[in-house]
Amino acid sequence: MNEAATYGPTAAALIGIGLYGVLTHAEPLRRILAFNLLGGGVFLVFGVVARRGAGAGFDGDPVPQAIIITGIVVAFAATTLAVALLLRLARLRGDSGND
Amino acid sequence: MTAALLLDLALALSAVAVALWTVAAKRAFEAIVGFIAFGLLLSLAWVRLGTVDVALTEAAVGAGAGGVLLLGASARLGTRALAEAKDVPILPLRVATGLLCALLSGALGWAILSLPTPAPSLAPLAAANLAATELGNPVSGVLLAWRAMDTLLEAVALVLAVIGVWSVAGDDAWGGIPGPAQPPRRDPALRLAARILPPIGVVIGVHIVWTGADAPGGAFQGGTVLAAMWVLAWMAGLVRPPAVSSRKMRTWVVTGPLVFIAIGLLGCFLADGFLAYPAAFTKPLILVVEAALTFSIAVALVLLLIGPPEAAS
Repeated sequence: MNEAATYGPTAAALIGIGLYGVLTHAEPLRRILAFNLLGGGVFLVFGVVARRGAGAGFDGDPVPQAIIITGIVVAFAATTLAVALLLRLARLRGDSGND
Repeated sequence: MTAALLLDLALALSAVAVALWTVAAKRAFEAIVGFIAFGLLLSLAWVRLGTVDVALTEAAVGAGAGGVLLLGASARLGTRALAEAKDVPILPLRVATGLLCALLSGALGWAILSLPTPAPSLAPLAAANLAATELGNPVSGVLLAWRAMDTLLEAVALVLAVIGVWSVAGDDAWGGIPGPAQPPRRDPALRLAARILPPIGVVIGVHIVWTGADAPGGAFQGGTVLAAMWVLAWMAGLVRPPAVSSRKMRTWVVTGPLVFIAIGLLGCFLADGFLAYPAAFTKPLILVVEAALTFSIAVALVLLLIGPPEAAS
């Protein structure tokens, strides 16, 4: 269970770093990035839980693993929506570099 | 054992360092490069945690597709940011935020380390259910049979995301070709790569889906590789997507979820309930669902990556 002891605190640190970025950055793109860091930390918590639940001949509990895969894909979909809104906002403000 | 521990510590520290860089970097471009490196480090961490399926997803979706999306957005935003200096919190506020975030991290870390032992696990149940699906990969078994509802909702979430992304198109551009009016780049090296890589990439993508039955892989990972190949050809200006008003393309996006729902409903009559598979046809039905899902996931990811239409066709 070495891995769980190493990656558990890592996940906690990533959540803190991501949250700090979301709260202190003014630029929307940087906030989206930081939010994804936060998400990475949350997924890693699930990964540690999966690892701790190893059994029945599997390296990890397959249920949290499946949930993480679902989570990563949904987080990506949400990020694309956020980026689309951001680019639209930039166009409306006439702020965008090459549009 | 010591070597493995050192590797874990190095990976964990690198991931935290790159995350700090991503938040602290001066320019958005540097931060995004940091984020892509973060995704790749995280996928190595997933391998160390014994979750190779997640590692593939992280590398393909998180670092790969996410990196392309954010780099594209950063390039299109240019140097001008959508924020002003006055929007940045003052130093004392930033320090206070940092301290509270550190406190949160400490509390979370402590909570994770003091989780009860032995850990609760659904692994034995998953193993017991796996035999009925004739799959060798427990994660695929969970995704497509035991927790099929989650996977169905995830596929629907991708359709909703496509609708959401399209809905931010300007009124003048509605019905046009998705994506910026001009493909971003047309240099010869890119066009050559876009001709050589897709045949290989398509084989790899299909292989990842097929092998997902018994080894790490599956519809989401393989679908992302297929989508990446198409986006590469699009970036090189070799292909164009149909207009958003095209009925054909809209059908492609919803095929996967619809097939999944149809087979799920079939389960109401021939098996125990919604999304249950009739025992005699479990494996073939799962293959049909996976194939349809892969196709629609790939189409949806392409549309999400290239964004809403920006000019009428």
